[in-house]
Amino acid sequence: MSENILEVNDLVKHYPVTQGVVFKKTVGQVKAVDGVSFGLRAGETLGVVGESGCGKSTLARVLMNLEKPTAGNVVYKGQDISKLSGGALRRLRRQIQLVMQDPYTSLNPRMTVGDLLGEPFEIHPEVAPKGSRRAKVRELLDLVGLNPEHINRYPHQFSGGQRQRIGIARALALRPEIIVCDEPVSALDVSIQAQVMNLLEQLQGEFGLSYVFIAHDLSVVRHLSDRVAVMYLGKIVEIGTEDEIYERPTHPYTQALLSAVPVPDPTQRNNKTIIRLTGDVPSPISPPSGCRFRTRCWKAQDVCAEQVPLLEIRRGSDHPSACHFAEKREIVATHEV
Amino acid sequence: MSDILVSEQSAPGPGGSGRPSGRLLEVDDLRVEFRTRDGVAKVINGVTYHVDAGETLAVLGESGSGKSVTAQTIMGILDTPPGFVTGGQVRFHGKDMLRMSDEERRRIRGEGIAMIFQDALSALNPVFTVGFQIAEQFRVRRGMGRAEAKKRAIDMLDQVKIPNAKGRFNNYPHQFSGGMRQRAMIAMSLALDPEVLIADEPTTALDVTVQAQIMDLLAELQRERQMGMILITHDLGVVADVADRIAVMYAGRIVEEADVYELYAKPAHPYTLGLIDSIPRLDEKGQQLRTIKGLPPNLMNIPPGCPFNPRCPMAQPVCREKVPPLLQVGPARASACHFAEELVNRV
Ligand SMILES: Nc1ncnc2c1ncn2[C@@H]1O[C@H](COP(=O)(O)OP(=O)(O)OP(=O)(O)O)[C@@H](O)[C@H]1O
Ligand SMILES: Nc1ncnc2c1ncn2[C@@H]1O[C@H](COP(=O)(O)OP(=O)(O)O)[C@@H](O)[C@H]1O
Ligand code: SF4
Ligand code: SF4
Ligand SMILES: [Mg+2]
Ligand SMILES: [Mg+2]
Repeated sequence: MSENILEVNDLVKHYPVTQGVVFKKTVGQVKAVDGVSFGLRAGETLGVVGESGCGKSTLARVLMNLEKPTAGNVVYKGQDISKLSGGALRRLRRQIQLVMQDPYTSLNPRMTVGDLLGEPFEIHPEVAPKGSRRAKVRELLDLVGLNPEHINRYPHQFSGGQRQRIGIARALALRPEIIVCDEPVSALDVSIQAQVMNLLEQLQGEFGLSYVFIAHDLSVVRHLSDRVAVMYLGKIVEIGTEDEIYERPTHPYTQALLSAVPVPDPTQRNNKTIIRLTGDVPSPISPPSGCRFRTRCWKAQDVCAEQVPLLEIRRGSDHPSACHFAEKREIVATHEV
Repeated sequence: MSDILVSEQSAPGPGGSGRPSGRLLEVDDLRVEFRTRDGVAKVINGVTYHVDAGETLAVLGESGSGKSVTAQTIMGILDTPPGFVTGGQVRFHGKDMLRMSDEERRRIRGEGIAMIFQDALSALNPVFTVGFQIAEQFRVRRGMGRAEAKKRAIDMLDQVKIPNAKGRFNNYPHQFSGGMRQRAMIAMSLALDPEVLIADEPTTALDVTVQAQIMDLLAELQRERQMGMILITHDLGVVADVADRIAVMYAGRIVEEADVYELYAKPAHPYTLGLIDSIPRLDEKGQQLRTIKGLPPNLMNIPPGCPFNPRCPMAQPVCREKVPPLLQVGPARASACHFAEELVNRV
């Protein structure tokens, strides 16, 4: 087993909820990320799945050191990233890059592709000496499957999928070790989504990249990930290898999520059982006591309201799950190819 | 153009027996263009499809293929200018809606054909309560009094399974969660008991667990009311779950029409085949995904011949010269490909 390149320890990110216009008064906290721990191994893809608002993007921002955690830390090769400054911080910024969801708003519309991809070299001139930048940019365009002749075009002259490729090229410019992808294919059509997913895999093989791959589409995550973490209301509820999560899920929330994914095969229509969750996701300002999933869980008992279930391996299972009654259940019938 | 209308002779779809029969809505060779400063975009180039009572037709296609513009034309809410209908008919119970008086059309809207939109938040009016917006329809269209309209609105909210419907009547849209807003939107469009419901990406903005709830709800309401439903989506998973028939759109045309089982088992058009191959599956681990190369066409400059030819792995010289018409290739299916027969007959 290769060692962790990134370690996340009890990470917490709360945002104050304020009232009043002039004299702002804090009346509560949005518990966007509330005690998340995991390790990212060199060269692997860790998928992070969960429903809207569960804290995935907040996690990405803290991993990128774009925001300081409320508590806990992110350790990159033995160094707490929130304690870095000066040259060490600049080196870290080179090593961890972000690809964002929205290919429409994440690129400055007034910059040409050449400028957009050349910008990282302005900040980190050591990567590419001035005279070689144009050539480097062309190389990057070629690498992500774009025409190097389009170096002087503006973002609006590209389609969504092409813009996402520009975003990926930009993230690759500094030859990082880690790329955090926050919903990189969610805004794309299936045929284009497949092109971008293949590109991400190809680049990983070529450069030995490690990915934190955030998405709400469970099929996309399975396709790309070695390990998967499932989030609910700011916490990881289950984590394991792609097999463990998809074939032997033990947390009721993971089971419900998997069962709800529509299968693109009409002959399976009546062959599957959807676990129907009732109610809505509770507010992250005042999450339920004990197990946060208990208000929607069909297995909830009294203990679930009293004790927070720890994310740990329980008897009869092979991977950590945060449920007092973790029990494996087959949801996805494995497809014979 | 009846030779391209496959379904004229089609056998009833699965579960089709015992339904009240009747062609409710027919779109026939519809053509729409947008005249903009940059040029003319030919967005709809001869779309033909229909929906019968009690059935679900899924209109499948990628972004920009013209699904929503077709729906907007049916509903009479096309943005004109820049959008103009340049040909074809939209018949409701056999009568062409494009040539009706405004008054006649208004009467069909809501009672004959209703539509739900992808983004419920922008479709609901933020300054009125959800309850008021539903009740208003009963007052204006059915001439009910305040108290009765309110009672009916609460009843509708209850039918779409909004918990504590009475208590929620006076909530504003922003006080609802995404899933509840989508339910409210469904309640509003079903208030006047339409014969046809057009659902434009009704669950795209929602999470999977909520999506499952909403699709269940729609299926149940459709069954009860024997509505015809046009489900617009790009999600091949949702389609496989609920559709009876599928019409696949590409560059403003229907390129394939088939029964749901046949379409997934054996696509009769290279584009459909490419789409099905490029979806990652929940039950399969990572392998290289097959993709459709290239990009959707620029609608201001659609390639001559088959619009799919620059991306098609099967393209031959004839594909750059002749537009393939949508022709019948089986008892209940049609394809617009010069080589459809070969695709259907392959083993
Ligand atoms: N700057 C902020 N101030 C206050 N609350 C915030 C802020 N950023 C995020 N939140 C809240 O934190 C929670 C998690 O947000 P986050 O954006 O991480 O969710 P997500 O999982 O990425 O959801 P989505 O899939 O919808 O993007 C949400 O309840 C959100 O409203
Ligand atoms: N108001 C408008 N003005 C100009 N072009 C439009 C307008 N509305 C839609 N279009 C164009 O029509 C085409 C089809 O759009 P639409 O039907 O919304 O696609 P989709 O299949 O994603 O629903 C697109 O190229 C779109 O840009
Ligand atoms: S701990 Fe209790 S409420 Fe939480 S998931 Fe397990 S059974 Fe359900
Ligand atoms: S007509 Fe030719 S280009 Fe068009 S889909 Fe068929 S084989 Fe491909
Ligand atoms: Mg997000
Ligand atoms: Mg649309």
